[in-house]
Amino acid sequence: MTYSSEARDSYQRELSRMHEGGLFKEERYIHSPQGVEVDVEFPSGSPPKPVINFCANNYLGLSSHPDVVEAARKGLDERGYGMSSVRFICGTQDIHRELENKLTKFLETEDTILFPSCMDANAGFFEAVLTKDDVMIADRLVHASLIDGMRLCSAQRDSYKHSDMKHLESKLEQYKDARFRMVITDGVFSMDGDIAKLDEICELADKYDAMVMVDDSHATGFMGKHGKGTHEHCGVLGRIDAITTTLGKALGGASGGCVSGRKELVEMCRQRARPYLFSNTMPPVIVSAANAVIDLISRTTERRDKLEANTKYFRENMTAAGFDIREGVHPIVPIMLYNAKLAQDMARDLFDEGIYVIGFFFPVVPKGQARIRVQLSAAHEKEHLDKAIAAFTKIGRKYDILGKGKKEIIDMYGL
Amino acid sequence: MAMKDVIVDYVKDEYLEEGDETEIDENTPLISGGIVDSFSMVSLKMFLERKYKISIPDEKATTEAFDTVASIMKLVKEYAPDAE
Repeated sequence: MTYSSEARDSYQRELSRMHEGGLFKEERYIHSPQGVEVDVEFPSGSPPKPVINFCANNYLGLSSHPDVVEAARKGLDERGYGMSSVRFICGTQDIHRELENKLTKFLETEDTILFPSCMDANAGFFEAVLTKDDVMIADRLVHASLIDGMRLCSAQRDSYKHSDMKHLESKLEQYKDARFRMVITDGVFSMDGDIAKLDEICELADKYDAMVMVDDSHATGFMGKHGKGTHEHCGVLGRIDAITTTLGKALGGASGGCVSGRKELVEMCRQRARPYLFSNTMPPVIVSAANAVIDLISRTTERRDKLEANTKYFRENMTAAGFDIREGVHPIVPIMLYNAKLAQDMARDLFDEGIYVIGFFFPVVPKGQARIRVQLSAAHEKEHLDKAIAAFTKIGRKYDILGKGKKEIIDMYGL
Repeated sequence: MAMKDVIVDYVKDEYLEEGDETEIDENTPLISGGIVDSFSMVSLKMFLERKYKISIPDEKATTEAFDTVASIMKLVKEYAPDAE
């Protein structure tokens, strides 16, 4: 027994500091399948309350879609529950390869390798393909999992100001003597819903002989006319050298991720990426469902079209109601409130009105940029959106922020 | 140009967005104040190494040592005693 009272006290103090700083994260228990209408126990111990969900990454509304659930059941019946092995010993089934091939075709890349999650794909990718003679140049707002992955890699690393192409170019120039340069970005940045300038990034990459790597987790399945992702949206299909993405958001939302791109890069991951080598991959039940998801979204763009229409409707009506929202076209809609307490108070009041949204504040977003992040889904019907807009308007009126911009809100509530 | 001004100018140019008027002096907390994140700190380290023709060992390039312009100057002077 070496868990000393000193260790216990130290952890307890640290946890207390998180509580006091308002940084302590608490889970809310959902007593129903994931979807647009969920029963949420909050605060803990309360009877579950039916609310409309506006904070899931369930962009295409496939988390509990009957066809997806049925495909999962079929996978369980036909391929069993677990693999009890990593991929390269005896942990690969025909359906794993089928899914990799389907993703390759859908994303219009050369090859694909599955990972247990996109976090794992990002953790394993850089170390597998880059060495100390190379340099990674990342947008400053990339997802934490990319930063962790870069930290695990011996290549030199640097960053450029968010979406600042002039700054990126100066970095590419600075490292022109490195063996390989790799530009690293999110396709869609998850806090603001803004989109990387992949067309300009590809131009610069061509000019300075650099590879481009994109984490497209908040785009695969719905961005672009056929939902292929940010590379389709920006008109650079076939020009991204490596895409990492998740099956834990739009594509059914269970778990799993992949690296999809140049076949040599994918093969290097198969030989060297540690989360692939030393962990079981996605289980058959999820792979089977994911195959059905790719079939579904390859067959019709109906769901991404509906999501696009929902996004337009919600953004237009919230703007008309007088909210200060970050402009854009993505189903992540940041309702800017600037003040952390205001964001928390409004999110709580909205929950009481049956609208499930979350307030985000420092350190998740920069200081003074607190907001409520609304996420839309293809499964939202017009009546869901109208209820949310009405509830937001009621609560916005209560806090007297309608029609007010950044300066006025800060004047009233502070930063 | 004095070392202090060289570093302040670099930090403003490299880390502040255009139009950001945040004032930076010798004692402004850079990393704990959210101006420079620990990941992006590497470009500051490389800039100092190029500018003063020194090599700062990774174990010395801590977030504490890089937290203010004053502490950065102290670190640089360890390796470049004649730098002003």
